[in-house]
Amino acid sequence: MNLDKAFKATLSADVYRIHSLPQGGALVLFRGGAVRTLDVLLEAPQQEIENLISAEAIRWSGAFMEGQQPVLIFTTEKDRNFFVYVQKPKLCSLHKYKLEQQGSAKPLCFTAHITNQTVTLLCLYSNNSVYQVLIPLQQNTEEEEEKEEEILSKSLLLNLSVSGAVLKGTSLVVLDKDHIAVLGSLPEPGKKPKECLTIWNTKFQTLQTSKELPLGTSGQLWCYEEKFFLIHGKVLTVIMYKCETSSLAAAVGKLKDSQTLDVSSFVNWNTLEDEELVVSFQSQESVALKAESRMSLRSNRSTVAGQSGPLSVGQLLLRLKDSSNYVVETELKKLMAKAPTPDLQATIGCVVTALTDRCKRNPKFYPQNLLQEIVETRDLSYSLCPDLMAVALEQKDLHLLQMCLERFPDIPEEITYACLKAFLSVSEDHLKSVDVNLDSAICYVDVELNDMEVKTEILENGFSEEMDQDMCDTKIPQESRSVGESCPVGLQKAALLNAVLHSAYTETFLLPHLKNLPAQQAVLFLRYLYYLYVKCSEKVNTTLPGIRSPTINQIMDWMCLLLDAQFTVMVMLPEAKDLLSNLHKFVRAQVRFYSELNKIEGSLRELQRLNHLRESQTYSIEVLEII
Amino acid sequence: MGWSRARVIPGATAIRRVRPVLGLCRASPGLYRALPGPARPYRVVPVPRCDPVPAQVIPGHEARSVESLCWAAGDRLFGAGLGGDITEYDLSGLSAARGVDGGGGPIWSMVANSTGTQLAIGCEDGSVKIFQVVPGGIQFERNLDRRKGRVLCLSWHPSDTHIVAGSIDFFRVIDVTSGTSCPRSSPIPSPGTAKRECVVWAIALLSSGTVVSADSFGRVQFWDWEQGTLAESHTVSTSAVLSLAVAQEDSIIVGTSTGATYHLQLLPVRLGGLEKRWVRTKPFQFHSHDVRAVAHSPTALISGGLDAQLVIRPLMEKVQKKSYDAVLRKFTFPHRRLVSCARKARLLLFQFSQYLELWRLGSTEETGKDGEVLPLCRMPEHLVQLKSKGPEHIYSSCVSPCGTWLGYSTASRFQLYRVHCDGDGVSLRKVPKVPKLLPPAYQLQFSADSESLFVASARGSVHVFQLLEPGGCKHLHTLRPPSGCSEAVYLLAPSADGHWLAAVSGDWAIHIYNLKCFKHHCVVPTYDCAVSAIAIHPSTNNLVIAYSDQQLFEFSIPEKQYTSWSRTVQSRGLHRAWLERDSPITHITFNPKNPSHILLHDTYLLCVLDKSLPLPDDSALLMNQSTLKQLPETARKRQLHAFKICKKFQPLLFMDLLDKNCLVVVERPIMDFKTQLPLPVQQKKFGT
Repeated sequence: MNLDKAFKATLSADVYRIHSLPQGGALVLFRGGAVRTLDVLLEAPQQEIENLISAEAIRWSGAFMEGQQPVLIFTTEKDRNFFVYVQKPKLCSLHKYKLEQQGSAKPLCFTAHITNQTVTLLCLYSNNSVYQVLIPLQQNTEEEEEKEEEILSKSLLLNLSVSGAVLKGTSLVVLDKDHIAVLGSLPEPGKKPKECLTIWNTKFQTLQTSKELPLGTSGQLWCYEEKFFLIHGKVLTVIMYKCETSSLAAAVGKLKDSQTLDVSSFVNWNTLEDEELVVSFQSQESVALKAESRMSLRSNRSTVAGQSGPLSVGQLLLRLKDSSNYVVETELKKLMAKAPTPDLQATIGCVVTALTDRCKRNPKFYPQNLLQEIVETRDLSYSLCPDLMAVALEQKDLHLLQMCLERFPDIPEEITYACLKAFLSVSEDHLKSVDVNLDSAICYVDVELNDMEVKTEILENGFSEEMDQDMCDTKIPQESRSVGESCPVGLQKAALLNAVLHSAYTETFLLPHLKNLPAQQAVLFLRYLYYLYVKCSEKVNTTLPGIRSPTINQIMDWMCLLLDAQFTVMVMLPEAKDLLSNLHKFVRAQVRFYSELNKIEGSLRELQRLNHLRESQTYSIEVLEII
Repeated sequence: MGWSRARVIPGATAIRRVRPVLGLCRASPGLYRALPGPARPYRVVPVPRCDPVPAQVIPGHEARSVESLCWAAGDRLFGAGLGGDITEYDLSGLSAARGVDGGGGPIWSMVANSTGTQLAIGCEDGSVKIFQVVPGGIQFERNLDRRKGRVLCLSWHPSDTHIVAGSIDFFRVIDVTSGTSCPRSSPIPSPGTAKRECVVWAIALLSSGTVVSADSFGRVQFWDWEQGTLAESHTVSTSAVLSLAVAQEDSIIVGTSTGATYHLQLLPVRLGGLEKRWVRTKPFQFHSHDVRAVAHSPTALISGGLDAQLVIRPLMEKVQKKSYDAVLRKFTFPHRRLVSCARKARLLLFQFSQYLELWRLGSTEETGKDGEVLPLCRMPEHLVQLKSKGPEHIYSSCVSPCGTWLGYSTASRFQLYRVHCDGDGVSLRKVPKVPKLLPPAYQLQFSADSESLFVASARGSVHVFQLLEPGGCKHLHTLRPPSGCSEAVYLLAPSADGHWLAAVSGDWAIHIYNLKCFKHHCVVPTYDCAVSAIAIHPSTNNLVIAYSDQQLFEFSIPEKQYTSWSRTVQSRGLHRAWLERDSPITHITFNPKNPSHILLHDTYLLCVLDKSLPLPDDSALLMNQSTLKQLPETARKRQLHAFKICKKFQPLLFMDLLDKNCLVVVERPIMDFKTQLPLPVQQKKFGT
């Protein structure tokens, strides 16, 4: 930005305020109530500006975007009458409303926000109350224009009374749909009134928190991007805040630390890790559960409140315990539809834990789709919902297990092993009916075994498969040859096993579990790994096609691990013998091949180096700086 | 920039101790094999206290190969080769002095007895002959028992009573007094079913009567000389063992054709026990080619190979403390000037063993930042190659600063040429009637105005020639030290104003002559160390001297005393890292733009010595150029010190300043001459 390039434009009327809007450029509000966009104004600075409000004085103005349109709202005063104007400068529409009078009290401060085509105007009155005025933003302007001065009715939103004392508010801002912040002064008997910043819950009509400002303020409060800006003494104070979902527990102050206004504690809030959030939520959950009996008196109220919006976490958790499937589903849908916030993640963790708890207690209860959706859409981890996989194993929900294996970064080796065992033991017929994600396997597993005959005749890069095998120095018997060439497991099983290959593990912890794998299953798994290895080696870049397909390193690591764990068993098994010997031969051939490649690489390097040397021998004139 | 080919000097050929620092002088004069085949220049490397003393070179001769060298009768050096001659070398004159025909065909080996009074040679015809070392030469004494098969290696018994001779497939022990072979000559069987012959490449006779043989099957074997029975056999290598040296009867070092050396030691089988066995203790691989010579020093193993490297590997158990002595050292390059530069004409003259090459330097019109390679507007040009006639190698060469005169000298001839550059063509015309003088010229140097030529000659003398237009030469004067000198002059430095000439002779005395009146001016105070380079400052006429122990002196010629800066340097001491360098300064030049700058170089660095800056102390970083470059301009001030060192160009053969902002540097990539060496694995050189 270059301030030097500013240029002056003399206008024909006095300007009241210039509003800037995120996408709508700047709006200029004149004292006469006319509105122009800055662009229009700069094109013809001397254009005539009409006076719309004759003798009224503008008290407050605000600009908003409604869809693609800028909306400017301002309030005027004339002879203790207050008017509200809603202007859409692009549509050249202007609406004038009169505010309902409120006895002797008069509005001190306004604030507004637009939701669902409705302007919500909040007015802080001198009788220490906050009123809410709803102004519809109609599209059909023509009819309305006929009417003059529609009177707006207002409703009392909040009484600013703090345990008997009354807060004399000077300005207010809206934080979210349940919270407002009011800057004002509390009179204290015999002393100077102390100024403080307060946050109110409008839903439960409670004072959420307050912060004293002993050095005095200018009476003005601004709020941008979850920060308050106010003048405290001689300094500009910035206070961060965060609004939690309004809940009864929070409203009655049972929620610890959830809405402190202290600057330092808010800094901490921002740096809080998810885990800590979980802890706080779990403690909160337990608090909520404990409070269950005591809260029975207010339960009516809470359900009433609950109908208006999504439930608070505590309520939700309570409800999950016994509601019907449908209710649970709808509640969770609501929860998940919320905009992602850091605490939502933890909330969902708690929710899943609550669900799994219920599943454990009641085996008939298993909201499969819901859980799958949660796992799929949210970045959960094993530690956030420790029982989920155990429940899934119990329920034989293979798809959910597959998703968990692919997504969770912290699955214990015990569970990984349990999954592997479950996958290996499940019958192929059963798998045919199960819906699993086949992306990882579909690209390379030969679906039709009959294709094999055709395949062997295909020449790859001029070499037939037979020639390749000659090079490998192996003469594989016909029956075992099929082992290396066709996938030993079905497509579904392959996809599930790939998920296991994909999961993170530590060898030391996995090895003892792998030793327990039944021999037949171990051979099957090894067969599959061998198949993967052969498939990998077919490609120049040794990668398998497809999404989330296992990498060669994963395959080799698992193969080594499995052989380590099961070697004695394998050696004894007659059916493993061919497999092992083929594997051995293939690996040996690969090693030879790569050692040859290495030699070539070395020779090429040497050639390159010699070339380089030759280059350096040439004559050159260089600049040499000696300091 | 590496068109120049350094002369390949394969194998360390002779090692002697010149200074009796540790009382070990000539205690065990080594005799080491030189190359078979065409003669190479070889050098005498004094290893007094492992200082990197510049080698003195005796130029080679194409027709005289040197197969074997040995010290006898004090410090007389003898060489024998496949030419069949035994040659004594004149070490002060650095030339072959006298030759005697061995009378037995090509000589494969020669050894002196422990007192250095007799030489034994092993000949192609299978004879072993004894020569008596007499003052002024050698005298044939007698023939020992002759057997069929060439005698490849010989060794005297420490008591001088017997000689062991190694041949192909057998060795024999000969009684020197009776001249007969002991009854049992020991056939050395080839291992396994190998049909190849077993060549005994090296042999040694211990005082206990044990014969140690090293053969082409990679075996080191220990034999009982009376019974002819094999006591021990160690296969140290899959390729041939070529060289062997024994010290103290309990330490053997062998070198193989794969470039490895092995140390064998006689150690007790049990701690404190009496029974001892030979154990291979230390394998080293410092060479890439045949290790042709090995030797012991009191604290180190020394090996020389076909890869032209001399390696000194300290024996850690014999080094008292972790000091500079405990560092492995390698010497690859001749510490001699093989390149000369015509500054004004921008020509470089490269000296090869049998020809000279004259190149014109390329040029550029661009400038740039540090490290940039500038585009050439003119490529370097190979002007002429001048082949020396005859088998002798070129001793010294020089091109005049104006680029119109060119001279070189071999052991017997001195030639002067006039160079005419007309456009693209270059013509050389030999200057007729060059005054006869006693060759060789050890060093040639033209004066700065190219009007006279100084020829370093034997016995401390320097001949001054006047160069005449259009192409003549007149002997003006011969400068000699007043006290006389037996050694040859090997370094010359004329002053830019033509007033002074400094000459260094083999006894390391620096004489300064006044050229206006051809008088001896003074002698620089003796410093007991070899001079590696000298130069006279063009404006102050201060002589800058670099010694091989890395000390630097500045001597004011007009005032006949060391300058105050030199005294400061001596009192402060040079930086430790500077003193511990391996390779000596081989050339000194000056910056005409800044009189306080002295430019020096050795094989691995070039240094601008700024006398106006403070000397670095040991705590400071000596090589601080890269650090300085990272510092901002203002912060550099405090870090600056006198030694501005650049290690960008390695190995450095030559460096000179052409004008105030143009420096020419000649690099000699090691890989370049390694590729010209024979293949590293031993190949059969002769046989059926």
